[in-house]
Amino acid sequence: MNLTYLILLPLFTAALVLLARNASQVKVISLLGSVAQLILSVGLYVAYRKEMVAGNTAQMFFEADYKWFPAWNIGFHIGVDGISVAMILLTAFVVVAGVLVSWNVSKMTKEFYFLLILLSLGAYGFFISLDLFVLFFFLEIAVIPKYLLIGVWGSGKKEYSANKLALMLMGGSALVLVGLLGLYFSYAGHSFDLMKLSSIHIPIQIQKICFPLLFVGFGVFTAIFPFHTWVPDGHSSAPTAGSMFLAGISMKLGGYGCLRVATFLMPDAAKEYATIIIILSSIAIIYGAFATMMQKDLKYINAYSSVSHCGFVLLGIGMLTQTALTGAVMQMVSHGLMTALFFAVIGMIYERTHTRMVQEMGGLLKVMPFIATTLFIVGLCSLGLPGLSGFVAEMTIFVGSWSHPDNFHRIATIIACMSIVVTAVYILRAIGQTAMGPLKEEYSTLTDAKWNEKAAVIVLLAGILAIGIAPGWLNDLVRPATEIITQKIGAVK
Amino acid sequence: MPNVIYILLIPILPFAAFLLLGLFGRKYIKNGAGIIGTLCMLIAAALALYIAYGYFFDYGKLDGVYRKIIPLKYNWLEFSPGISIDMGIVLDPISVMMLVVVTFISLMVHIYSLGYIKGEERFPTYYAFLGLFTFSMLGLVISTNIFQMYFFWELVGVSSFLLIGYYYDKPSAVAACKKAFIVTRFADLGFLIGILVLSYYGGTLDFNELIQRLASPESNEFKTAIASSFLGLSAITWGTVLVFIGGAGKSAMFPLHIWLPDAMEGPTPVSALIHAATMVVAGVFLVARLFPVFAISAPEALNLVGYVGAVSALFAAVIACTQTDIKRVLAYSTMSQIGYMMFALGVSGYGGEEGLGYTASMFHLFTHAMFKALLFLGAGAVIHYVHSNDMKDMGGLRKFMPVTHITFLIACLAIAGVPPFAGFFSKEEILLAAYQHNTSIYWIALITSGLTAFYMFRLYFNIFWNKEHHAHGEHHGEGGFVMMMPLILLAIGAAGAGFIHFGEFVSSDGAPLASVFHLQFSIAPVALGFAGILVAWILYKKQNDKPDKIAASVKSLYIAAYHKFYIDELYLFITKKILFNLIGRPVAWIDRHIVDGLMNAIGDLTRGIAELIKGFQSGKVQQYALYFLCGAVGLLLLFIYIWH
Repeated sequence: MNLTYLILLPLFTAALVLLARNASQVKVISLLGSVAQLILSVGLYVAYRKEMVAGNTAQMFFEADYKWFPAWNIGFHIGVDGISVAMILLTAFVVVAGVLVSWNVSKMTKEFYFLLILLSLGAYGFFISLDLFVLFFFLEIAVIPKYLLIGVWGSGKKEYSANKLALMLMGGSALVLVGLLGLYFSYAGHSFDLMKLSSIHIPIQIQKICFPLLFVGFGVFTAIFPFHTWVPDGHSSAPTAGSMFLAGISMKLGGYGCLRVATFLMPDAAKEYATIIIILSSIAIIYGAFATMMQKDLKYINAYSSVSHCGFVLLGIGMLTQTALTGAVMQMVSHGLMTALFFAVIGMIYERTHTRMVQEMGGLLKVMPFIATTLFIVGLCSLGLPGLSGFVAEMTIFVGSWSHPDNFHRIATIIACMSIVVTAVYILRAIGQTAMGPLKEEYSTLTDAKWNEKAAVIVLLAGILAIGIAPGWLNDLVRPATEIITQKIGAVK
Repeated sequence: MPNVIYILLIPILPFAAFLLLGLFGRKYIKNGAGIIGTLCMLIAAALALYIAYGYFFDYGKLDGVYRKIIPLKYNWLEFSPGISIDMGIVLDPISVMMLVVVTFISLMVHIYSLGYIKGEERFPTYYAFLGLFTFSMLGLVISTNIFQMYFFWELVGVSSFLLIGYYYDKPSAVAACKKAFIVTRFADLGFLIGILVLSYYGGTLDFNELIQRLASPESNEFKTAIASSFLGLSAITWGTVLVFIGGAGKSAMFPLHIWLPDAMEGPTPVSALIHAATMVVAGVFLVARLFPVFAISAPEALNLVGYVGAVSALFAAVIACTQTDIKRVLAYSTMSQIGYMMFALGVSGYGGEEGLGYTASMFHLFTHAMFKALLFLGAGAVIHYVHSNDMKDMGGLRKFMPVTHITFLIACLAIAGVPPFAGFFSKEEILLAAYQHNTSIYWIALITSGLTAFYMFRLYFNIFWNKEHHAHGEHHGEGGFVMMMPLILLAIGAAGAGFIHFGEFVSSDGAPLASVFHLQFSIAPVALGFAGILVAWILYKKQNDKPDKIAASVKSLYIAAYHKFYIDELYLFITKKILFNLIGRPVAWIDRHIVDGLMNAIGDLTRGIAELIKGFQSGKVQQYALYFLCGAVGLLLLFIYIWH
């Protein structure tokens, strides 16, 4: 399978969107393009699975290396392993749902959809890159559309939020860039190539400097404490699809980078700094959960809960065991789907009630059973109900974390476990006040979801259920990849 | 051996009903929903009986001992080699017994609800949720793997949440369902960590292997786990205690019981099924499932189980004497009876005669399911009739609801331990087990059984006797055949279930246990039971002022019990004051003002510096010349200084 299709197809879709003559053409093109991309991604999974069953033990499948800037040893080197395939699948699901949910955007429709497709292009490129320069290039492609999406189509104090988000993510990117350059020069003959860099032992002094730069840099994307404050503002000001992409895709870029670049290339430093990572992520988990409890705006609730849930990703990485790392990847996929669905539902509710304040709603189950039921399901997924994806990911992280016998890791795990209770509190508060309770007079004429909204919900729910009911496929997909990373960590003396 | 499909169909059928009614019920099968759900349950119950018959009388025994049969095991999620969540089916005496209990009670409730919930807008949703609950509960009892049990454990929790909140536009129902979910979730945290501890030391999540390794003093896992201690207790003790916390939450044991009385906000048939007969005994079932580990490796934990059970039994019985909402009386009575089951396990040993408590506990679980479901369904009929939950609105109903009256009376006699009704036999066994192993628990249990008889007959007299009922306006009678039939069937169970020689089938080690019956031993509890009934008869048969006088004479105790000993207020204080005001609010504030403030400050600082130095780029040549000159002079001075 040729991986370049994964970025050529969105490129093609984006070009067609620009050429489209009216808004409905734009929407149809985007939908067709994103559905085609979803089919392609599922095809990638099937092809990958076939190779795996056939006994292919290569680290990266479908590798290709095109020359780009030979003078600087930069090549367009691409390839995927189980982690990348999982992230690509996630992206494809979220993009289709995002396109569907945005059907009512009437302001500059063409530009809006163009930016959505461009953002997805950045994500796909990011997940298949094996050259760090290319990876960085796609990372930046994924950042800039967000600024515009929030700044132009956002709501509330959107300029402030857009600036904050762009500046903080750019700050993160700057750290990443410095770290990448450090790695580049550490290789004899200079290289950005991930596979080449992984084959050598990067000197410990360089690791000690580059690891924090890269981990924190990528960490900003995935809301590492205390650089998570762009999340609530960014999400609450973004348009619905913007929030979905931001939480469902962008935050995953960071987690993926922390794992693939920082931890994989620099296992010595990862071990050295694991304690700090675990402390910061434990804080994020429980602190994010408590902060969520006090929020009144649905989007703030989901944004803070994302801080807490993404803490699980970093905790899994910090634990450095194979099971915990697998759990971290699962949590990325699970959280991506779940939080995208959550934002989609919030968007649907907001479009009807024109408020996101929980105390101003009530009894919505009566007038919009489909939307309210979805809110129930996604809330239950968030609090880790078995049968939905959150349970699988969180339990994998807990079991993986618990295999460290010392008290420090135990306490961190217990803190993480405690958050599931706090999560139940804030989720039930939110659901209880919006979907349940007496219906307010002014909402009695509201209507339920339309076809595009139902379709978006079904797409994301399919993903959530596919993981929640039969997690084996995702586990089998991710485990071989995390095994290689843990082997590298295990080799550290 | 049974065909595995038949066993699998038992949980699958209610799940199919859930999917069908949940997805299409609202629009397409509005009126047929109840029939579909009931039919599914009917087949499932028939299959369960078939399996139970086969297991107990045909293939279950091997060398005279009931063995564990695992006809199905599927690796659902592998964490690491050896540690994986398997979804499977285990057939052993307790799981087979539970299959029968759950499907039978669920079937009764399905049938009863055809009349009780009829005509409500969310009729299909109700049946969908019942299906979901039954599926989860069945999945729980056939678990082969502790994580599989946790999986279904959470699912029964959420079905209970959905059914308590069935009247979702009622604020009190919303509050109750949230409370039930959060309190049990808090307890489940203990369960989860307990699983982590046990699986770490056992190196497995499989019940069988876990028991083999952690309950046999020869195994290496046992030695390591016993050797590693924390705060003076071994790892196994910690693991089992934590798991028991989960069980105590689900089974509404003191002090995690606060959700159960509020859970009565749900429809009454739901209370009968979930909050009386099946889900609330999950905690007892959990301890029974891990019983060898408790009994052999963690005697301290088993002691805790015993005392928590005994305290809960007494505590709830005292409160039940003062409540006036009939469903709440029944809720506290449930808590009290589950306390019996718990301490019966707590005083039991493993194997042979020592295991009497185990058998007694399971026996009581079985009989209790019958008579308590009957009590709730009877109460439902009463509530249906008078449109109130409060005793004050009732009285003299015996003439108007003869079937309900007789069946309710049978259930009351059963729970009071009057021979030869079912409760007598199981309670007798429990008391005997307690008497043999732990006298302090025995005395608590004895007092409680007197109280039980009293508060149950207080309830009975208040509903059916006491003041005269004046039929005002038109009444719709007792409810049709669909509501009466379950009452009659359950009454037969409550009257006759005690004659089953339970020890033949269910015992701690699988080997049949001969029923023991000591006439002289039974005298005390039966006499106390009759005394309780007599007191209730004197106080409540006819309207009089004695109850108020007695209440006034023990005023402070009465008020404390009436207010449920202020446990709710304590929780409210912890959640509102501590969690919200002392943790949540400051965290949210710190995040907005300090952490985010820092980020904004960095932004402002950058902007400030930029403001300061942006003047340098003014485009005025004279200014540049001036800066150049200053710089040159400065450098010159610096060089002179260095070289000098």
